[in-house]
Amino acid sequence: MREWPPGPTLAADFARGRNVAQFKGTETYVASRELEVAVNAAVALQRPLLVKGEPGTGKTVLAQEIATALGYPLIEWHIKSTTKAQQGLYEYDAVSRLRDGQLGDPRVHDIANYIVRGKLWDAFESEQPVVLLIDEIDKADIEFPNDLLLELDRMQFFVYETRKTVQARHRPVVIITSNNEKELPDAFLRRCFFHYIRFPDRETMEMIVRAHYPDIRRELLREALNVFFEIREVNELKKKPATSELLDWLKLLTIEDMPPEALRSSDSRTAIPPLYGALLKNEQDVHLLERLAFLARRRGG
Amino acid sequence: MFAPFILALRAAGVPASITEYLALLRAMKEGVAGFSVDDFYHLSRAALVKDERHLDRFDRVFGEVFKGLESPTGEAPRELPAEWLRKMAEKILTPEEMKQIEALGGFDKLMETLKQRLAEQKGRHQGGSKWIGTAGTSPFGAYGYNPEGVRIGQEESRHRRAVKVWDQRQFRDLDEDEALSSRNMKVALRRLRRFARTGAATELDLPGTIGATARNGGSLDLHMVPERHNAVKVLLLMDIGGSMDDHIRICQELFTAARSEFKHLEFWYFHNCPYERVWRTNRRRRETERPTMEMLRTYGPDWRLVIVGDATMSPYEIIQPGGSVEHWNEEAGQVWMDRLTRHFRKAAWLNPVEQSHWRYTQSIAMLQRLMENRMYPLTLAGLETMARELAR
Repeated sequence: MREWPPGPTLAADFARGRNVAQFKGTETYVASRELEVAVNAAVALQRPLLVKGEPGTGKTVLAQEIATALGYPLIEWHIKSTTKAQQGLYEYDAVSRLRDGQLGDPRVHDIANYIVRGKLWDAFESEQPVVLLIDEIDKADIEFPNDLLLELDRMQFFVYETRKTVQARHRPVVIITSNNEKELPDAFLRRCFFHYIRFPDRETMEMIVRAHYPDIRRELLREALNVFFEIREVNELKKKPATSELLDWLKLLTIEDMPPEALRSSDSRTAIPPLYGALLKNEQDVHLLERLAFLARRRGG
Repeated sequence: MFAPFILALRAAGVPASITEYLALLRAMKEGVAGFSVDDFYHLSRAALVKDERHLDRFDRVFGEVFKGLESPTGEAPRELPAEWLRKMAEKILTPEEMKQIEALGGFDKLMETLKQRLAEQKGRHQGGSKWIGTAGTSPFGAYGYNPEGVRIGQEESRHRRAVKVWDQRQFRDLDEDEALSSRNMKVALRRLRRFARTGAATELDLPGTIGATARNGGSLDLHMVPERHNAVKVLLLMDIGGSMDDHIRICQELFTAARSEFKHLEFWYFHNCPYERVWRTNRRRRETERPTMEMLRTYGPDWRLVIVGDATMSPYEIIQPGGSVEHWNEEAGQVWMDRLTRHFRKAAWLNPVEQSHWRYTQSIAMLQRLMENRMYPLTLAGLETMARELAR
């Protein structure tokens, strides 16, 4: 197996036995120990970290938190279905060169003037190490990850137009998120560390909420979590509410100054919860809950 | 050092490679895991498992291989100190509620019941001893203090004993053979995509235009190309009614997924086994019926045939003319199956019946043979195998 070329900073730090910045959960982000281990492994070995998990469990936020924790700037590359791997490296703007050529602009003689840098180039050329977020890699074409193999492996690429090699000054910490819409190729997966963000249990969820709203009332939080986990237990839901939905909902509840009793009397077994729009994103789910509540009322009464 | 572990993983179907093994060793050398078993578990999982569907298998193998590696203090304490329970209850119940408990038989009695329940639960299944879901039957639920019952857990989820973390097998749900939703069906069906540019040229061909303009000495020369489409054509034959009623939901999801994934999708219904007639709408069956021969003539061999059905019927319905349960069929079901598979060279049968039950039904084995072993279970894995087979 080919050894990984040691990056100038992090590996050197290790070699000298010095401690590099370690990732820990922050005040606003509750990270489980497994997540910390995965991130630290990815940072230490300078390999990309692939993060999967239910939508709304904080995959994208993770990169921002890692950047804050390590004190590196964050470069975000959001992937769409039309994104090409090449766009992350650079693009050759042939149309403006053509136009400049017709206008007789002297810039036209240097092709480098028409090379537009992509996010990866920015990350590689940065003066200090950065965190690079490749968000929702599964949105792109099936071949997209394959096209980035060498670039992420060696952290360098070749610009054909100018015949120059761009090499990373510092190997960036690469965080890749995926929503599982497409399967990623094995060759790509082999080069990454992988972490699956499990849906938080009740205690962790309480910690997460407290991290976001430190002064939320205890009874309100308790009742809200009861309702929340009860809704999540309804199996037929098309989209189960996740952490981000819960946080939105709690915010609404505090803004409306909802008394905790209102939640208790209206748990999902007798009526659908107040301000449900923040929790349920699908009218079929709302109907389903209404139907369940109706049945429960009929049985109970 | 961990070679037996890797081999056991591979034997269990987790595709861990040498590259990943070396990465794990390097990470150990860098001291990422420190000296904690727990951290080693997390690290090896991050390094070796790349698909959440394999997490459960990983947990199982890890539990087997590192069985002796339990923490020296032994297992997590089973007995909950009464004090702690009280504290827990105080945290959950409001003062008024506490007063009510006192009135209704006293706190200690309540705790006694709870302890008893905990002991019962311990006996029932391993790993579940962390939680006690008292739900509606618990004294808490009965008194109505907390609508969904009280959950007893350790104070912080992070301080679980290491040995237990993988024994809990929290990723069981994500294993490959789970029931599927139309969303992951779509993903599986995507393997069938074949992009091709056909039809009218409606899109601007930018590279072509630039090239042509440059050759033209700078004056603009526009070029157009047709849009890219998924050119795969799929003919869906679905069994309806009778024993298929148990599988309606999953078939519905498959149908939704297929409809949004393929531009060229035709679907027809049949009952139990395809005979000389198929129909388009089950409710208006008589009006929408068509001869199967007409269907064969309409759709060429380049269509991919997917039959969905449980293949569960009397063997006579397949081998005997007149064997059909609802009409007199001149030719046996197997003759029609033969015609179909010979016309549509790319064909597959999706069966919603669990694969482990297939061998108990004679008709499934017969149709499996008629389909030349191209019958797949209607699971995510089965769907993927089918798509790969049909895409060839």
